[in-house]
Amino acid sequence: MSLQEELQGLPPAKLAVESVSKWFRTSRQSVHALDNISLEIAEGEFVCLVGPSGCGKSTLLDIIAGLEVPDEGRVMADNEPVLNPGRHRLVMFQEAALFPWLDVIGNVMFGLKLKPGLRNKERLEVAKFFIQLVGLEKFSHAHVHELSGGMKQRVALARALAPNPRVLLMDEPFAALDALTREQLYSDIQRIWQKRRKTILFVTHNVREAVCLADRVILFSRNPGQIREQFEIPLPRPRDINSIELAEHAGEITRALKGYVTGEVAE
Amino acid sequence: MRRFLLATLFFVVLIAIWHFLVKAGVYSPVLLPSPQSVGEYLVGAARDGTLFQATGVTVRRLLVGYFIGIMIGLPLGLFTSASKFVEDTIGVLALGLQTLPSVCWIPLALLWFGQTESAMLFVVVMGTVWSVVIATDTGVRNIPPIFARAAKTMGSTGLHKWTKVILPASLPFLVSGMKQGWAFAWRSLMAAEIYVTILTGFGLGHLLHYGRELNAMEQVIGVMLVIITIGLLTDKILFSPVERFLHNRWGTGLR
Repeated sequence: MSLQEELQGLPPAKLAVESVSKWFRTSRQSVHALDNISLEIAEGEFVCLVGPSGCGKSTLLDIIAGLEVPDEGRVMADNEPVLNPGRHRLVMFQEAALFPWLDVIGNVMFGLKLKPGLRNKERLEVAKFFIQLVGLEKFSHAHVHELSGGMKQRVALARALAPNPRVLLMDEPFAALDALTREQLYSDIQRIWQKRRKTILFVTHNVREAVCLADRVILFSRNPGQIREQFEIPLPRPRDINSIELAEHAGEITRALKGYVTGEVAE
Repeated sequence: MRRFLLATLFFVVLIAIWHFLVKAGVYSPVLLPSPQSVGEYLVGAARDGTLFQATGVTVRRLLVGYFIGIMIGLPLGLFTSASKFVEDTIGVLALGLQTLPSVCWIPLALLWFGQTESAMLFVVVMGTVWSVVIATDTGVRNIPPIFARAAKTMGSTGLHKWTKVILPASLPFLVSGMKQGWAFAWRSLMAAEIYVTILTGFGLGHLLHYGRELNAMEQVIGVMLVIITIGLLTDKILFSPVERFLHNRWGTGLR
């Protein structure tokens, strides 16, 4: 694999979730986290999973990542069943989960070093490219604790993009950031996604965030975790989180979400 | 510089208090010799070489015992953290033996090995190994699980996971464990040298012991000062730079 190919990016993958169910059993209780979830995500599609906390959306993301095993059903990535975590499906967590013993470039290199077929010089080149893409070239050799929360998530994004995955799984990656930093990251992620198409599955409980980023928003409800409704978001990009059209879409989805949450209480 | 001066001043004042206590004649000079006489003993012992020889013997024993202790303790600690079976067996054994003061090994060591270097080494290794096992085990267990998850998604498994994630992630604990191991090794060795009289090497503990036998209080205090100084120096030279590095990287520690 040549450096040029690495920097161009691989074609994004298609994901298919086929009748996935998951229970969490402890000695005291059994929680039905996911109930018969089926879902298709097209190549290069940006999909947001939205739902109240505890609705199993993060669990579904973990299953697609290969970090959790479903009790029933399976996940197919490009017609291959997902059995383990793999380089083609990288994950960004709510915490940046950067390694404090490595500097910024060391963190971005971590996944690259596990990728065969590249020379170290090329890996360094790739890492630098992605650090530049997230705008942190001045901080290549900074220690992790010296970075702000937003910068840490940028490094985490660069680290997830660098090994050239075909799917990016994001588990509330901006939830712990302040509003201003978040807005900056929304425009960054849109810019990067347009430049380097990946299939992205993005979990959040923030409806506006979902509408700002996604092609399609999937609404979850809990007990058990189920898909309730799907919304196409036809707005042109780049989108501004403060725009009125976006707010209208978000309003519609929020109303639907509230319906399911209050309905659930009444049941 | 200011900090250095203040620290120096502190110790000068300490010695001055000692000096005046002796001058005032509150305690018998046999029990509390003056700083001068302790100084004279140290200079004399340094001149005729006994002090350096004893220090050399002691430090060599310490290093060998400590090194063996780490080589055994570190992998054992990794095993106890990785396997429930090893945790329930070796882990429990380590926990039990760690609570045993290392002096308690001396009677056994004397009977098994006689008055030999092996007895000495055995006591030091036993003093070191268990605390290193437990520190390593604690270190691995305290790694935030998110690190393991992140590493896993990037394809880090097996040996790569252990060497590139688990070991570096537990480094802060490992270093404090090694430091504790060092302190235990030092204590065990001193106990062993005081109790085990052997002819193959005359260490600081022996000097201390014979100081008592000869009622030479200036020797007792002088050797104690040397032991304290060695402890201080190893901390400052061996462990402080590593700890500074870790604080720097992890962003821990105040200031």
